[in-house]
Amino acid sequence: MSTTALPATAARERRIAWSWLGILPFLLFSLMFLLLPAANLIVGAFQDPSGNFTLQNIVNLGQPSIIRSYTLSLEISAASAFGGVLIGFALALATILGGLPRWVRPTLMTFSGVASQFAGVPLAFAFLATLGRTGLVTALLFGIFDINIYRGGFNLLSFWGLTITYLYFQIPLMVLVVSPALDGLKREWREAAAILGATGTQYWTMIALPILWPSLLGAFLLLFANAFGAIATAYALTGSSFNIVTILLYAQIRGDALHDPNLGYALALGMIVITGVSNGAYIWLASRSARWIR
Amino acid sequence: MKQSRLFPWIGFIFGAIYFLVPLIATFEFSLRMQRGIYSFKAYQVVLADPGFQASFSYSALIALATIIVGVALVVPTAYLVQLKLPRLRPVVEFMTLLPLVVPAIVIVFGYLRMYNSSSWLPMTGSARSTDLLLIFAYVTLSLPYMYRSVDTALRTIDIRTLTEAAQSLGSSWPRILIQVILPNIRVGVLSGAFLTFAIVIGEFTMASLLNRPAFGPYMQLIGANRAYEPAALAVIAFAITWACMGLIQLVASFSPGQKR
Repeated sequence: MSTTALPATAARERRIAWSWLGILPFLLFSLMFLLLPAANLIVGAFQDPSGNFTLQNIVNLGQPSIIRSYTLSLEISAASAFGGVLIGFALALATILGGLPRWVRPTLMTFSGVASQFAGVPLAFAFLATLGRTGLVTALLFGIFDINIYRGGFNLLSFWGLTITYLYFQIPLMVLVVSPALDGLKREWREAAAILGATGTQYWTMIALPILWPSLLGAFLLLFANAFGAIATAYALTGSSFNIVTILLYAQIRGDALHDPNLGYALALGMIVITGVSNGAYIWLASRSARWIR
Repeated sequence: MKQSRLFPWIGFIFGAIYFLVPLIATFEFSLRMQRGIYSFKAYQVVLADPGFQASFSYSALIALATIIVGVALVVPTAYLVQLKLPRLRPVVEFMTLLPLVVPAIVIVFGYLRMYNSSSWLPMTGSARSTDLLLIFAYVTLSLPYMYRSVDTALRTIDIRTLTEAAQSLGSSWPRILIQVILPNIRVGVLSGAFLTFAIVIGEFTMASLLNRPAFGPYMQLIGANRAYEPAALAVIAFAITWACMGLIQLVASFSPGQKR
């Protein structure tokens, strides 16, 4: 009866219901292959082997070997993110605002698109061929300048080695992320500042950088999370011997290296918290910078 | 205001060197397999290896399946969110960004805990169902990129008018999506597809932990046991990534927005 009494409303309701049905596969998929697996680990982090609630796993994260692997991961992520932001920003600045020929920018953008995706196992091979013991740059430095970087203490399988390797995808990622922000700096602001008598330095420190800083800090956090979750490059470079948290987790998943499954879940929880905070702050900052840069 | 172009040039050249040197070094290294002369021996060895052929075709097939599942999942969702359910946009966008927040290794760890052979849905029980789980894993991994490309493409066309026109001509919903919307956003879909391919083809962590014979774990194995073949593999992998990005630019140059 109601359909004849209120045909329009009923038809509209039916259409809305159909829309929900159409979006259901996506929601179901996200639930089963994103939310529940993550939630499952988080729950496991607060359980003992027989399933009772406990905080012991979180406490056990405090043991020195785990703290060391978290610290090393955090250091490498922070260093490669910082270097990536600094160099990537300079590179984007040079190509976008530096008055270089027209072909430079599209070339850089295309290359950044490729290089930012060139990670994982092949990147490790590339750097072994470059800075490994028999790598080209290692050989050239020794042949031309008589510098043996390995005798000088350098090692590709170390904090600095991995940081330099990560920079290969961090710098291009920064170029891609920061370019829209640089495009958003309006000419008029610079002209207005110049008319009011501002020098170039004053323009940058008092106008451009205050507008750009949420973008820069956001980009730092994005790059940080990007490096923190990475494993393939480090694993292919070092095998399982390098003590960063992703490699520890890999060993734990493979063969219960910590001899405590629930501690493994806590390890994963720690990683989610770190990348979550980092990305959450990024999203917040991105929405702030979106006010200026349209 | 005339400014010096010296520093921009120095910056650009520094950047170019930083990016090109490892590529040149890798290429040079890959030619060194035969003592004393440069040759393509390492490439011959790699390409003739049955392990290479098997793992590469396996990963290519998985990538293709990932693209199909991803498109089938993302296109209707992005379309409906934009047309009918804008209130759900924050929720859906949050979900699509989640794979950037939760590292791949953690996602697959969750799968192994949830879908192991003694769970309620034992997806790791057989090889075929593990393949399916790997495809789903890759769909989540590529979700941020696929959703963003499709969503951007949908914004550039007038989906409301297109939908109403198709409806008044009597089209059904599946037909509107497949014959009206999909052709109009093909550039976005193809960009997402190529990016997905570039991500999936050499992926290591998920394939390795699910014990599937994919290209990423194969490369890692070669890297641990051989000297010159890894460099050849790196050059091949770089060429694939480059080809995928090149194809994205190529299809983008055919997009409707570019013609105007």
